[in-house]
Amino acid sequence: MKNIISTKVKNMQPSGIRAFFDLVLGMKEVISLGVGEPDFVTPWQIREAGIYSLEQGYTSYTSNKGLYKLRLGLNRFLKSEYGVEYCPDEEMLITVGVSEGLDLALRALLNPGDKILIPTPCYVSYGPMTELAGGEPVYIDTSKDGFKLKPGVLEKHIDKKVKGIILNYPANPTGVSYTRKELEEIKKILLKHGLICIVDEVYADLTYDFEHTCFASLKGAKNNTVYLNGFSKSYAMTGWRVGFACGPKEIIAAMTKIHQYSIMCVPITSQMAACEALQAGRRSVEEMKREYKRRREYIIGELNRIGLVCSKPQGAFYAFATLKKTGMSSMEFCQKLLKEQKVAIVPGTAFGENTKDYIRISYASSLDNLKEAISRIETFLKNKK
Amino acid sequence: MDEILEILEKDGCATAQDIAKMLKKKPENIKQAIKKYEKEGVILGYKAMINKELIKDAGSRVRALIEVNITPQKDLGFEKIAERIYSFPEVTSCYLISGTYDLLLIVEGKDLHSVAGFVSEKLAPLENIRGTATHFLLKKYKEDGVVLKHREENKRIAISY
Repeated sequence: MKNIISTKVKNMQPSGIRAFFDLVLGMKEVISLGVGEPDFVTPWQIREAGIYSLEQGYTSYTSNKGLYKLRLGLNRFLKSEYGVEYCPDEEMLITVGVSEGLDLALRALLNPGDKILIPTPCYVSYGPMTELAGGEPVYIDTSKDGFKLKPGVLEKHIDKKVKGIILNYPANPTGVSYTRKELEEIKKILLKHGLICIVDEVYADLTYDFEHTCFASLKGAKNNTVYLNGFSKSYAMTGWRVGFACGPKEIIAAMTKIHQYSIMCVPITSQMAACEALQAGRRSVEEMKREYKRRREYIIGELNRIGLVCSKPQGAFYAFATLKKTGMSSMEFCQKLLKEQKVAIVPGTAFGENTKDYIRISYASSLDNLKEAISRIETFLKNKK
Repeated sequence: MDEILEILEKDGCATAQDIAKMLKKKPENIKQAIKKYEKEGVILGYKAMINKELIKDAGSRVRALIEVNITPQKDLGFEKIAERIYSFPEVTSCYLISGTYDLLLIVEGKDLHSVAGFVSEKLAPLENIRGTATHFLLKKYKEDGVVLKHREENKRIAISY
């Protein structure tokens, strides 16, 4: 059975930290600040809507594009929240999380050899998905610019083969976000070179210090934007797998073509629950956001106090702290911390180049957990001196 | 509502230090604010929520919801009579409600007889009381926003991107 696996997949880089993840998953009573999802359970009224839809016998396929009432609900939400209007019939598609939306966008847009710019550190799937779609990821290291993409640096990476960029804000793993003014600068350059912006705004509702700006709401940007978002983080609905893609008619039609053959449609139960989230879930979103914000203040203060320096993230629920003072690499730090103090943290190296001095700390965890974890990390650091 | 109160309402044990860290304020200021709330009676007290069903020697207590119909007094309305009623130590909660009845009480006693005795000997004979309806509680599922069951296990996987 030689060469049973396709060359493309064989050539995909296996994640360097898979073994570390397995180690964590095999251990008991670990305090984890390594989780990339909310610690809240989906608000009850949303869960109840899912259960009710099952009771009512909603167990069939939906339209490939997704339930019309969900698309209509999203159309209204985006209009009132960001002043952006997408036609529910032609410019919207309900996807299996943002992950599927990203995959579809890349597959719909890329020809072999096309390049996609990816500011790093970034979420783990951007590079591999680009490669699978036949494209070539071009990573832009932002570690020297406070993990923000600077317009000048962006422009330097653009050449004839570059088709677009994947922009994620607030960002996983850094929590960095952009103000409207900063985004305007980025937009100008993208438009100047006729590039597509695939924007992942899944953490939009968790923006703490200023109003989140939807990229498509920037003047003139909509025609060059594939806007991806989902219900996972805002409504604590990660396991339901509901996301959505909005964009120019032509691109959404191409994405829908792939989606109809590969996925057909998002599970109807999840779509029904998502409808309820839009109807009744906004209050829960605000409550959870306030809670995250308090934890952010707590964890950033404490991390800096014990010598894990990090600047204050503007969104999401991650702190990206540097280990420079400890003299340890991120993998070494995470492995030893796990073994000695049973605290799980994700090494920065999971998220791209030039991150071996960093760790990602998720504060999607109860205050009791955060306190206990900080106290263990403090002990760990003292023992290392 | 002030975030200090929001935090304390969820966790009465939260210290001024912790709250200060969460709200990025000075601990002294938080202490002062809490003192002020206590003095003004906004914060009335702190206590643990205990699930007595799990304690063997807690002694079984019986609770009843009692609806009370009263004739309001001239000039005083329901206030005076409510005060007479809620002053009994057996009455753990007392509400003025709309609908068929006027007051809703939660009454606690060591057994069925003592609650029944309280109703027939203390409550019903009071002046201005026109009638009562007693409902004994059989099981507690949720109280003040807290579901009375064991802490649930964490269902998230321990590490993810």
